[in-house]
Amino acid sequence: MNAPQPSLNYVALKEVQGVMGDDFPLLVEVFFTDSVKLLTAIQSALDEGNTDSLRWAAHSFKGSAGNMSATALAALCHELEGLASSGTIVGGGHLMTQLVDEYERVKSALEDI
Amino acid sequence: MKNPFVVDELRVADCPSVPITKILIADDNNTDRLLLKAILCQQGHEVFVAKDGHEAIEVFREMQPDLVLLDVLMPNVDGFEAAEKIRQLAGEAFIPIIFLTSLQSTDALVRCLDAGGDDFLPKPYNSVVLKAKLDAFIRMGEMHRTMQRQRDLIAIHNERLLREQEIAKRVFDKVAHSGCLNADNIRYLLSPIAIFNGDVALAGVSPAGNLMVLLGDFTGHGLDAAIGAMPLAQTFYSMLEKGFSLQDILREINEKLYDVLPVDVFCCAIVADIDFSNGVMQIWNGGLPDGVLYRSFDGKSIPLTSQHIPFGIRNTAHFDDSVATFEVQPDDRLFLWSDGIQEATNNQSEMFGEERLLKIFEKNTDPEQLFDEVNEAVAEFISDEAVSDDVSIVEVKIVAPIDFHADRPDFIGSNPAGPRDWSLKYELRPQTLSNFDPLPMLLYVLRQVPYLRNFGGQIFTVLTELYTNALEHGVLQLNSSLKNSTAGFDHYYQLREQRLLHLQDGTIGIQLDYKGTGNGGRLKVTIEDSGEGFDYKNLENGLSGDVPYAGRGINLMRSICHSIEYLGSGNVVCASFVWGDS
Repeated sequence: MNAPQPSLNYVALKEVQGVMGDDFPLLVEVFFTDSVKLLTAIQSALDEGNTDSLRWAAHSFKGSAGNMSATALAALCHELEGLASSGTIVGGGHLMTQLVDEYERVKSALEDI
Repeated sequence: MKNPFVVDELRVADCPSVPITKILIADDNNTDRLLLKAILCQQGHEVFVAKDGHEAIEVFREMQPDLVLLDVLMPNVDGFEAAEKIRQLAGEAFIPIIFLTSLQSTDALVRCLDAGGDDFLPKPYNSVVLKAKLDAFIRMGEMHRTMQRQRDLIAIHNERLLREQEIAKRVFDKVAHSGCLNADNIRYLLSPIAIFNGDVALAGVSPAGNLMVLLGDFTGHGLDAAIGAMPLAQTFYSMLEKGFSLQDILREINEKLYDVLPVDVFCCAIVADIDFSNGVMQIWNGGLPDGVLYRSFDGKSIPLTSQHIPFGIRNTAHFDDSVATFEVQPDDRLFLWSDGIQEATNNQSEMFGEERLLKIFEKNTDPEQLFDEVNEAVAEFISDEAVSDDVSIVEVKIVAPIDFHADRPDFIGSNPAGPRDWSLKYELRPQTLSNFDPLPMLLYVLRQVPYLRNFGGQIFTVLTELYTNALEHGVLQLNSSLKNSTAGFDHYYQLREQRLLHLQDGTIGIQLDYKGTGNGGRLKVTIEDSGEGFDYKNLENGLSGDVPYAGRGINLMRSICHSIEYLGSGNVVCASFVWGDS
């Protein structure tokens, strides 16, 4: 995951913009709100060692990240979900750091649009 | 109208105002739900949203959407549970459930299907894939609804049809089975394929006491086949009641059916006219399989083969009413069947056939069992699901006249206001004698006689007997001793036919003289033929001598008549009847 990638798939995002039209900024805002909630949920799950909660939050975040064309972010969520599915949180902290960093990148990329 | 369950506070502009399909989205993820709703609205659907499974069930119940999109992992009630509940609520309506999931494990996908899911839609959403899937399900839904509508329509039609058939059957049964099929010496079986089958069995007693039986098989089944059964039964019974001869009845039935039936519908039939008193049976078979006359004295089965075109095919001018005449004795048995027996098919597609049928007769040791043996053999032969035609069978056991118990038709001549004092003389000359039966006309006259009631039937029996004697022995000069052998019996009826056909000379005069008395009356019947007469002195001395009568004989007539006497050279007979208070 060290290879630098663009945070957003702009071709896919163009389509989302086309569908949303004037409501696109609303969608972005909702995504930010959801993301904060989900990041918090993931952090809590890691803190509590609750793999079920971790799995659900990571899965949910993966879905919305994917829909927002944030391919790398979705991939990190997928890794976290996989980790939780195998019943462990070992290595979760490291992934969490990457996840937060990537989210910041996505956030600023979206804000730039 | 505002929908209270569209709880999504996030408004999406420009949803089309005329939505086609109502779709429910349930997803706890706001971003995904918002995007999906936007895509679906853009594609022209009406969208309801729910944030978890519990809400999804509530919205489903209230809005009755056509299609449901469910996220799998949701708080409260998850997608699996919601799907199961929605399936239950949907009943037999076609509601596709598509799971929104990026779950990839086979286990998870199987669980989706088990819960009642129809398909999956992975995240991230692709509007082209989504449209393709939804369009397919919407088309399926339309087909499903069309199918259900048509199915319901068919069910309604079918119910109505059955009801109509039931009513028609009740009317038909009244007409067709008003006869004497239930007489002691008749057994019959009509096994229906539909409520109405193409087979008709009729049996009635003529005013002279003959039993007439008809088994008919109309082409086709159901109502089509039953169309002709009504006029057939009505003609049969009403003409029989009026005293018409078998041949007159055959011609009339054919004419009626020829007029009434469509070109491709006709009626194969076998008709038997049995005179128990004289031991004579006449058969007309038009298109039915050979009936069988089982003779008790030698155990032989005489085939009653079809010689004619079925009813309803040829017009009157081309209709052949000639009959075959057989001598019958008590304990002889007549078997009539439709082609259902021969054509009964087993599960190897073999037909029962005539050979198997005749084998039963060969093997039989107790004639009383024949009817059951035939039915059992056919039932055993056919496979349950494949009765190829109606299986119908009628058995008539020949009995002595005294043992024939069947209700005669009510003699309607009970009108107290009829003509009370009259006489009638009716002379029949050769051209009339050869092809006209005067008896129905005389019966009609008798019916007008006041207070006659059922005694009229007995008078008619005597009248029939006297007229037949005058014709056969007087005018045609046939000697009844011919009938003592089987060969002679056939010869007798051949001669009768020939002589009638070429009749040049001879007359029969019929005179009726009636006087009413209070609530009764006297009737004198005088019949004079142009024949040579016979030596009736022996008859009066109680000796049989060379009396030309066979069968019914003088004794039966004497028991009915007040007096009976022969005059002239024996060519004149005078019978008087007295009834009521006189």
